[in-house]
Amino acid sequence: MKAEQWMGFAGGDWQNEINVRDFIQKNYTPYEGDASFLAPATERTKNLNRKLDALLAEEAAKGGVLDIDTETVASLCNFAPGYLDRDNEIIVGLQTDKPLKRAVNPFGGINMTRKACKAYGYQLSEKVEREFKYRTTHNDGVFRVYNDAIRAARHTGIITGLPDAYGRGRIIGDYRRVALYGVDRLIEEKKRDKAQIASFNVEADDIRRLEELYQQISFLEKLKTMAEMYGFDISVPAKDSREAVQWLYFGYLGAIKEQNGAAMSLGRTMTFLDIYFERDLKSGVYTEEQIQEFIDDFVMKLRMARHLRTPEYNELFAGDPMWITEAIGGMGVDGRTLVTKSSFRILHTLYNLNPSAEPNLTVLWSRDLPEGFRRYAAKVSCDTDSIQYENDDVMRPVYGDDYAIACCVSAMRVGKDMQFFGARANLVKLLLLSLNGGRDEKSGEQIAPAGKRFEGEILDYETACALMDEYRPWLAGTYVKAMNMIHYMHDKYAYEKLQMALHDTDVHRYMAFGIAGLSVLADSLSAIKHARVRVIRDETGLITDFETVGDFPKYGNDDDRADAIAVEQVGKFYEALKAIPTYRGAEHTLSILTITSNVVYGKKTGNTPDGRRLGEPFAPGANPMHGRDASGALASLNSVAKLSYDVCKDGISNTFCIVPQALGADDESRHSNLCGIIDGYFAQGAQHINVNVFNRDMLVDASEHPEKYPNLTIRVSGYAVNFHRLSKEQQKEVIARTFHGVM
Amino acid sequence: MSTYPTLRVHSFQSLGAVDGPGLRYVIFLQGCPYRCPYCHNPDTKPYNGGTEYTVNDLCDRAERYRSYFGKTGGVTVSGGEPLVQRAFLAEFFAECHRRGISTCLDTAGMVPDDGVRAVLAHTDTVLCDIKHSTEDGCRGIFGTSLAVTNEFLAACDELGCRIRVRHVVVPSLTDGEDHIREIVRMARAYRNLETIELLPFRKLCTEKYAKLGIPFPLADTPECDGETLSRLRELTV
Repeated sequence: MKAEQWMGFAGGDWQNEINVRDFIQKNYTPYEGDASFLAPATERTKNLNRKLDALLAEEAAKGGVLDIDTETVASLCNFAPGYLDRDNEIIVGLQTDKPLKRAVNPFGGINMTRKACKAYGYQLSEKVEREFKYRTTHNDGVFRVYNDAIRAARHTGIITGLPDAYGRGRIIGDYRRVALYGVDRLIEEKKRDKAQIASFNVEADDIRRLEELYQQISFLEKLKTMAEMYGFDISVPAKDSREAVQWLYFGYLGAIKEQNGAAMSLGRTMTFLDIYFERDLKSGVYTEEQIQEFIDDFVMKLRMARHLRTPEYNELFAGDPMWITEAIGGMGVDGRTLVTKSSFRILHTLYNLNPSAEPNLTVLWSRDLPEGFRRYAAKVSCDTDSIQYENDDVMRPVYGDDYAIACCVSAMRVGKDMQFFGARANLVKLLLLSLNGGRDEKSGEQIAPAGKRFEGEILDYETACALMDEYRPWLAGTYVKAMNMIHYMHDKYAYEKLQMALHDTDVHRYMAFGIAGLSVLADSLSAIKHARVRVIRDETGLITDFETVGDFPKYGNDDDRADAIAVEQVGKFYEALKAIPTYRGAEHTLSILTITSNVVYGKKTGNTPDGRRLGEPFAPGANPMHGRDASGALASLNSVAKLSYDVCKDGISNTFCIVPQALGADDESRHSNLCGIIDGYFAQGAQHINVNVFNRDMLVDASEHPEKYPNLTIRVSGYAVNFHRLSKEQQKEVIARTFHGVM
Repeated sequence: MSTYPTLRVHSFQSLGAVDGPGLRYVIFLQGCPYRCPYCHNPDTKPYNGGTEYTVNDLCDRAERYRSYFGKTGGVTVSGGEPLVQRAFLAEFFAECHRRGISTCLDTAGMVPDDGVRAVLAHTDTVLCDIKHSTEDGCRGIFGTSLAVTNEFLAACDELGCRIRVRHVVVPSLTDGEDHIREIVRMARAYRNLETIELLPFRKLCTEKYAKLGIPFPLADTPECDGETLSRLRELTV
């Protein structure tokens, strides 16, 4: 098949099947140069961005939410077109009819919606209440089937953050398909798939797939209508650079109008778009300045994306994030770099539009990346603290060269993999529960079946580990069952129709589990092994505290005596999860990622043998505990690098904070040293690093005088956040983190 | 002599980004004969503290950071005054070179006897602190000798070590323009000179002194301000 819009592109399989990767491989232009070609923001862009900044300030002044439409349920065509500045916008489309106005989306759960409205001084309208009176939400479904163990695990916090009351997210539609093929072609392919399934034996699974395909097709139709409301016909392929950005954005906009998922990644779009840009630059249709305007405008739109969430949700996922993650750069399996000029252009938005938390810019790092791009990325990190790095050299062998990152650190092949995401198991609580024979260490409640418990005075390592082995299957089993129920109900009542329409019909599924508290667990077990830990019981015999005498090796110092404990515990938990079958035959994966929820997990956890007191925050992600990594930054990185990516394919997050003076004497050496740190860390098979280069004093000042730092963006577990959107408690925890400084 | 040569180590810093070229694993040795009033590591002064490590053990530790070294980084030995332990330090650097790890020495210099020369034979880069521009200043304030430092730098030149001269700028003590010009003039006499680094006097160590229960000699001296530093740095380029 040939479309007139494809003129100038090299042909291939991509014309005869939906195959964006093939299109990219046949057409993209690797770029090995430096950043000198970039165009600054135009006056138009600056004016538009000033308007946006004013709205953002207004939003912040109103407590974080500018406006809510409590009458209209979010969907693709329920709102009249909205604009930031109709006459001056190049890329258009908003979730509602006004910028930053939030819609209600009760499909995940109406309670959350009600609470969120109330928290910001609104009341969910009678109209919506009535509409949903006869509609089962995902949340209703899940609670119809939960068992007692899940409920207990949930309210004690041994499993926290189950996506049972909101959209699960972490699904990445292949929004590039909209631009390359136009929607009609996508519908045609889905209709063919549907006909094919229906012609075979039809059992329950097939019937579910047929209904899903029906829904996918109907939402592709809605997507066309949505674009029509803005005056565009996206039934056909995009014909030039501007349309390619616009079409792709419409795909994404449709997804965030339909779903308020916990993380709504963009994918890996820049190298794809670059093909259009190169073609149009060559033929003189557009200039570099105009191309940069398209990207700047597009990024401004992404910065306006909003979901309505409750304050409790923000306590777990701080800073009102969307996780609009864009994967940038990386290498191709054929050895050519996937870095293009547009990999630079998207990073350049951090200068043209000031630093910002969204989109979540993620550089796929490889030892083979062109020098010019490495240096530019390092410079952007030092200047803005707004990007994260993930190791393409460990992910490419698993996922090929057209994967993107869901949320923070979860790799998935674009349009081919999806994931059932959810929650984290608190392994520190597992240790405490195991010592206590299945009782919760804070409430004393018997949450796991009563079994063996620790009867002695002085803890020994073998006994503690053996007790954990007893209770681990219970925790893993409870967790997998909860996830199976959640995703069954999400598919049933809040299926991602448009996003899944932008996937292959035969999709590979992951089920992504998580753990929290790894460093506290490792240090606690190390204390039990290497120091003398005496248990302290309350009057009911519950172990509520510990007396630890003597020093012990701590995770984060490149000391195998502690690090090996962390590695072993992660492996054991993964094995325990894998023993339980998943919904739709999904592949089990595991992450060590806690975002800012490490504060909440800590709150829910009692005293621990490592000396951490009840309620104190955990370290984020796979990070060593604050202040315990006393051997310098690289020793700390070496410890984290020991955790196996093979076991944690859903990602291992590490946040690295360093003061500029400790990174090098001048900018030039800071940039090259930063490249060296990432190279050295990733050469050991580590997967992810967030980089923050700033002084603690500045954060303290920013916490006290927010007005002085309106754009202060920092990296936390797997994303960036505007510092001021963190609660005071979260700010305090970030300030307490280890900053690698000068001796 | 023991079969296993050992060095007395005060501490390690796995990320040294300002202690020689590139990223470096920094080993702080115990023991120092000088009395620099701004010393940031007063706890490294006594000869009897620290922990003994064998040369092999130290190399194994450094190897853990090889992936970060790239083409420019490596090991830096600082102190204390590392040349106090020159006999085994020479063995350590030799072993580093055998293993392909680049070496850097952070020192105030010593009389280049055979022991010192043996170290320099396996030293790629020398960070040499010129404490003061006059002999009287060196002897009176720091307990070093300018003549010795110069003799040492001449040996570095002769043995092919890259030289980075360092000097700490202390308000009203070592911040005179003529004084800086004199240090620059001396440094430029060496063929292998790479850079002259002026380091600002800081008081980050105040807490350390308090903990050790010893008075900080420069407690009343202000930190070196950025303006002075950039003005003086102009004189070094």
